[in-house]
Amino acid sequence: MAGRAALSVKNATKNFGGLIAVNQMSFDIEEHEVLGLIGPNGSGKTTMMNLISGALRISSGHIQMFGHIISGQSASQISRLGVSRTFQLVRMLNSMTVLENVEAGGVFGHRKLWDSSLQMQAVEMLEKVGMGDAVYSPISALTYIDQKRVELARALMSDPRLLLLDEWLAGLNPSELQIGIDLVNSLGEEGRTIIVVEHVMDAIRSLCDRCVVMNSGYKIAEGTPGEVLADEQVIQAYLGDDHA
Amino acid sequence: MTRTEIRNFLITIVLFALAALIPLSDSGFWLSMGITIATYMVLSTSWALFSGPTHYISLATGAFYGIGMFTVGVGIEVVPYWGLVIIAAVIGAVLAALIGLATLRLSGVYFVIFTLGLAELVRQIVTWVQTTMGSSSGLYVLTNITEPIIFWELLVLGIIVYFIGWWINRSRLGFALRIIGNDEVVAVHSGINTAAAKIILFVISGTVATIVGALLAPRLSYIESSIAFSPMLSFIVVITALLGGAQRLWGPIVGVIPFMLVWDFLTATFPNQTTLMLGICFLLVVYAIPHGFAGLIEKNSHRLRGRG
Repeated sequence: MAGRAALSVKNATKNFGGLIAVNQMSFDIEEHEVLGLIGPNGSGKTTMMNLISGALRISSGHIQMFGHIISGQSASQISRLGVSRTFQLVRMLNSMTVLENVEAGGVFGHRKLWDSSLQMQAVEMLEKVGMGDAVYSPISALTYIDQKRVELARALMSDPRLLLLDEWLAGLNPSELQIGIDLVNSLGEEGRTIIVVEHVMDAIRSLCDRCVVMNSGYKIAEGTPGEVLADEQVIQAYLGDDHA
Repeated sequence: MTRTEIRNFLITIVLFALAALIPLSDSGFWLSMGITIATYMVLSTSWALFSGPTHYISLATGAFYGIGMFTVGVGIEVVPYWGLVIIAAVIGAVLAALIGLATLRLSGVYFVIFTLGLAELVRQIVTWVQTTMGSSSGLYVLTNITEPIIFWELLVLGIIVYFIGWWINRSRLGFALRIIGNDEVVAVHSGINTAAAKIILFVISGTVATIVGALLAPRLSYIESSIAFSPMLSFIVVITALLGGAQRLWGPIVGVIPFMLVWDFLTATFPNQTTLMLGICFLLVVYAIPHGFAGLIEKNSHRLRGRG
């Protein structure tokens, strides 16, 4: 997978007062790569995602996307440069229809559609995530996995150069999980550059080209899923000393 | 334009035309009531342009309105009246932009309290300037502008506000505001410059309120800060907009007409308990009709359509 670095994180640090949530993190992700960001609860994965998307401001270090420094810019600016994301706890626009929820992603961001081109694109994205039948439904009529699909369709609307999926597969039952994995895999096959934060090991193995493992804010391992999941330090971080 | 839009457009034109006839048939109670209703129609509709989609409750309407009045009061001897209305509009717009910039990080109750405090602050400054610079505590505005003219001016301003509202609703700006009102986090991650969107709307709404104040100054003839900067005005604007329904462009007017008729009766019957009455009205609206008349009407029309 020889490509140029789509995203390059250098010594990224985020502290909340005395608590250092992300500590000197450095990693690269190449274009068309699916990178897994994994680690035990509270290891700083979501904070790392928030630094990339601009939801949180970096304390020190920097983040580059295709050679341009994006750290320090606002979340809306970063979104316009081509970073799209979903949220750990699904975020819906409750007073709007499914179609409008998806359209919201395609008007102000990396791609600026309007009127019929916007609507066509939104319907296409809904069909892609398997929600073609629910175009005019109210949000309240949707199940949890369907809301997650709508959120993914919204993130895809801007034709992102980098897609961040924050525990997008969490909370799904086994059959839904397989559907979800297939969906994310199809995005990877399309050549999208994706960072996934996940706890589900099956998903990590089948989705990720490479993984970065975090613990207590530090990067403790990096490599293919097989390599990192066999790493002594990683096992220790997940299961404690006895199992190492 | 769709068919419903053309229909609504025609209905609006007919209603405004009928309203414009009021001064020809009556010059007493109904003209006076008409001016009051037109005033609050413009104020509430423009208030709802900002607060309806964003859910930011502003109590600063009275401040802008008062500034409009005082601009006319201060300059009437020097500058032609229409020049003053324009100056007032510019002052209102600049002030709204400054307040918008200062309050961007405030949300919920903090924003409400800030805007309420702002109205009082502006009033205190005006009073202080007057007592230190001038001799009297009030200003005379003596013009040959009659009540029918004021009424028609307000109607024209109302049409402009409706046009702006209609245009915003179908624009990207309107879509951005609805997203902001639903979830500001989603809005910023969709690439929306939420600060700019909110400021633009706050400026439009503040400017309109300032112009209304400037248009009504000739009606009062004598302007005092306690009348011009009445906090009651800001509260009535909120109540009428909520009563009608702030989510729809036509919502506030549906609230303003019945409320002002009832309000006139209440203030005449209980002249010393107006604040209490206002509070009771507030509670009734919030508990009994949380989505306003517009919400009720739409719910029932959906039900009828569902049956048919």
